[in-house]
Amino acid sequence: MTRWQRFGAPSLALVLLLAACSNGGNTSASPTTGGGGASGSQPAGGGGGDLKGQTVTVIGAYGGDEEAAFHQMVKPWEDATGATMKYTGTRDLNAVLTTGTASGVLPDIAGLPGPGQLQEFATGGSLKPLDDVLDVATYKDETAPALVQLGTVNDQTYGVFIKAAVKGLMWYNPSVVNYGDSVPATYDDLKAALQSNASKAKGQWCLGIESGAASGWPGTDWIEDFVLRQSGADVYNQWWQGKVMWTSPEIKQAFQAYLDVVKNSLGGATTVAATAFQNAGDPLFDSPPGCQLLHQASFITGLGAFKDKKAGTDYDFFPFPDINSQFAGAVEGAGDIFGMFHDTPAAKSLMKYLVTADAQKIWVGIGGALSANKNVTDYPDDIAKRSAELLANAKIFVFDASDLMPAAVSGAFNTAILNVTQDPSKLDSELANLDQVTKDAAG
Amino acid sequence: MDPRLLTAIVVVVGVPAVLVGYIWGTEQALKLLPERAKPRVRPWLWLTPAFGFLGLFLVYPTIGTIIRSFQNKTGTEFTGLDNYAWFFGNSAALSALKNNVIWIVLLTVLTVGLGLLIAILVDRVRYESFAKSVIFVPLAISMVAAAVIWRFMYYYVTPPQPQIGTLNALSTPVGIGPFDYIHIPNFSVATIALVVIMAWMWTGFAMVILSAGLKGINTELLEAARVDGANEWQVFKGIVFPLLLPTIAVVATTIIITALKTFDIVYATNNGAYDTEVIASLMYKEMFQFSNFSRASAIAVILLLAIIPIMLFNVRRFQAQEAIR
Amino acid sequence: MTAAAPVAPSADEVVKATTKVSKDQRGASWRVHLSLIVLMIVWLVPTIGLFVNSFRPAQAVASTGWWNGLLPPWNLSLDNYAHVLSTAGIGDAFVNSLFISIPATIIPIFVAAFAAYAFSWMNFPGRNILFVVVVGLLVVPLQTTLIPILILYAGWGINGQFLAVWLAHTGYGLPFAIYLLRNFMGSLPREVFESAAIDGASPVTAFFRLAIPMSVPALAALAIFQFLFVWNDLLVAITYIGFTNPENLPLTGVIANLINSLGGGWQFLAAAAFISMALPLVVFFSLQRYFVRGIVGGSVKG
Repeated sequence: MTRWQRFGAPSLALVLLLAACSNGGNTSASPTTGGGGASGSQPAGGGGGDLKGQTVTVIGAYGGDEEAAFHQMVKPWEDATGATMKYTGTRDLNAVLTTGTASGVLPDIAGLPGPGQLQEFATGGSLKPLDDVLDVATYKDETAPALVQLGTVNDQTYGVFIKAAVKGLMWYNPSVVNYGDSVPATYDDLKAALQSNASKAKGQWCLGIESGAASGWPGTDWIEDFVLRQSGADVYNQWWQGKVMWTSPEIKQAFQAYLDVVKNSLGGATTVAATAFQNAGDPLFDSPPGCQLLHQASFITGLGAFKDKKAGTDYDFFPFPDINSQFAGAVEGAGDIFGMFHDTPAAKSLMKYLVTADAQKIWVGIGGALSANKNVTDYPDDIAKRSAELLANAKIFVFDASDLMPAAVSGAFNTAILNVTQDPSKLDSELANLDQVTKDAAG
Repeated sequence: MDPRLLTAIVVVVGVPAVLVGYIWGTEQALKLLPERAKPRVRPWLWLTPAFGFLGLFLVYPTIGTIIRSFQNKTGTEFTGLDNYAWFFGNSAALSALKNNVIWIVLLTVLTVGLGLLIAILVDRVRYESFAKSVIFVPLAISMVAAAVIWRFMYYYVTPPQPQIGTLNALSTPVGIGPFDYIHIPNFSVATIALVVIMAWMWTGFAMVILSAGLKGINTELLEAARVDGANEWQVFKGIVFPLLLPTIAVVATTIIITALKTFDIVYATNNGAYDTEVIASLMYKEMFQFSNFSRASAIAVILLLAIIPIMLFNVRRFQAQEAIR
Repeated sequence: MTAAAPVAPSADEVVKATTKVSKDQRGASWRVHLSLIVLMIVWLVPTIGLFVNSFRPAQAVASTGWWNGLLPPWNLSLDNYAHVLSTAGIGDAFVNSLFISIPATIIPIFVAAFAAYAFSWMNFPGRNILFVVVVGLLVVPLQTTLIPILILYAGWGINGQFLAVWLAHTGYGLPFAIYLLRNFMGSLPREVFESAAIDGASPVTAFFRLAIPMSVPALAALAIFQFLFVWNDLLVAITYIGFTNPENLPLTGVIANLINSLGGGWQFLAAAAFISMALPLVVFFSLQRYFVRGIVGGSVKG
């Protein structure tokens, strides 16, 4: 994992979504403009005739609405080539891929659990390099360097992002408290605003960390946002690399800040632990309102009650406010990384298609997704556009830390969140345990 | 031909034909041997398929597991007892161990206790077989389906919204709860909630066997005691229970082994979150989520060692039974 | 369910258990009836809840308890069943479950019957020790065997196929099967086999003409147990067939997937779960007579 560059350093070049908002086109940070527009992204129609009747098997974590959106995204490729994609969603991606590696029965293409696993499968030899599959120059041109870097192992491209998300957005219902009028500049301002508006909703925060086997992860996002803004990207990156201890004051204060949020959440710890993350924000729209704010990634707009509400009028967001001005302008992102296990012509063609702007704008249009491709500009609403902008203009960009930690550590991180949420007195012992698990995983 | 049809033919005709053909074939082959050699060779021919399957699917992997449990993560060198030291020094592993103890005690008490109670009750009514079927039915249900069923039982809604889960809807009006049973790690509430699901499934098993045991008790003995003025409780305590003890032991050991191996229900619900981890689910995680086969192997060996004494107890009982035959 | 070990029947006991019809003639008190009926209700309610919810629309399942489905206005329909059968692949999965379960029940019964017969009526050195070893294999946790077998299967190229699951379930089911059948066959009357041998019948003839017909209760009990175990199994199926081959997955695998993919679609899950339960319930109720007979014997012995 140390091979990855520390892409968290403040950098002007780290721009995720070029010109995501500007109609003016490809004028911002990317040094090369390539063909611009869609010219670099061949719709898979070209030479598709020979793929007729072929099948590509794909495994991923998408289910329900996300699965439907993914199918829509692939549909034009299927229509153009005559090939079909056979998709299976599973909640236990790691197990499927581990057994698959042992049995030799792997899907052609898989959505991987995270960059950490990409690294393992690539060095283990089961993933195929994509350098001959993709038009690498175009791909690198159209994709943020940070994401390109995360998909690179031993200087070869093994993984590509098919969609992205910006984490740590603060969602509110303007008809309850319109934070849009005066966006809190700092976290302290935010806390003061929550206090002064306390009468307008039952709780300050909406929070739900239940997510089946992965329960706890919404809490890890909170910790990550706190670490990033309290202690900066350097500490953040050293932390997921295992170089900053969990018991160090930087991490502990992040947990404490999170526990403060739990205390001020609708229903308290019991509700927080019991509520599914998809539905955590639903009380925003209750009458009387259940809470003032929900902290969640950009993809929440495709889930729960948000799905049926109108962006901009029913809900809106502001970015996570800065805590330490020294580290202002930091943004955490995440994304879905795909790799290829079998280099059949159809699989290659699908991989090639998935990275294109034409493919990625489909999911963006459905909602709940940001594109990893800079050339996707037509966002469906102002909200999506602004969240894309946020990623694009990030002064400091970091990737979701728990997705970068070894699976054992990230699993223990989730468990620790569950435990401290319901019993804050366990904080020190949980952190000490995380140090132990981190040490174990490295050894 | 439709491949499904082909499969169906293989399934219905081919498989039994091969199996019957094998044993018939061995007898033909034995004809080539001298008469005296036949009885010496024949048993091994009859046992070969079974030993083949057992060796391949159980013995070979077990030996591999034991060896692997003494190696490092990648299996390249031997590291002695490191993996075992890790297990006993790891808080997640120890809490899995603790949960397994809860499973063993609680599941055994619930299934044997309720099974015995029901067995005694059904013995006195005319709708015995119907009642038995009702209690036994959950054993025919898969864990996956049971997880769905019990979701509707345990479901929790943040008040003041009306509760839609059966238990909370019943208990909230009388001032108990609502509780989010399967998401409460404190006091192992979530684990206990899962044990209850398993008890619901396995009580029928205990009941069927205990009921058969009850019927094996000589009724004249009971009548004599009643004539002598013993009440029902004294009859149960003095005669029925002691006579039933060996049966209870068999049921209990079976349930204990089941409790030790518990995996499916944990996997299908919380997958170990909310302090519901057990040894088998921890092993699965180490193996398939964290790709640490060596640690998973060590956990498996620990599980194996925990089951062996219980198994020995059963085998000893079997041998005692053989002796009196 | 392979853990459901040592419950060994023997022939004479089966006879005893089935011929014994005497019921406590004194009649039961109202307290007995009441407790029994309460217990039966408690045991039935979870399943009834699932059953009712499987006919209710999504909105109703998500917002009100299942008992509301029993009250007017009735808003029940077969839509959920139609949906899972048509779009979620439950129909195909049902057929797959059959393709998996039938051979995975037949094979171990035959193989175990051969071995049990040898253990019962043939003499060879180490007979008892080998038998104890076989029974001892009941302790092996399934999960430990998955990876080595997967690698082995990879060499044979059968991962993802039904054959892989048939063989694995045979291996896993054998210790219990041999134990059950050995105890039953061993308790059959010795004279029958001796006179058959004197009449010149070969062991194969004796096996098929005498041992098998006389062991029907135990065979039926075993068949039910093994069938239920295989039909309800998730772990073995998803490991050896794998999510990579969704077209071969049995019901449990598909439903486990639905739990993931439907998110809030619990009304569909209810329908799917009920479909998965239907056949085991039919099998159980139609063979229940044998089941109780076959399973009860040995454990009764004091």
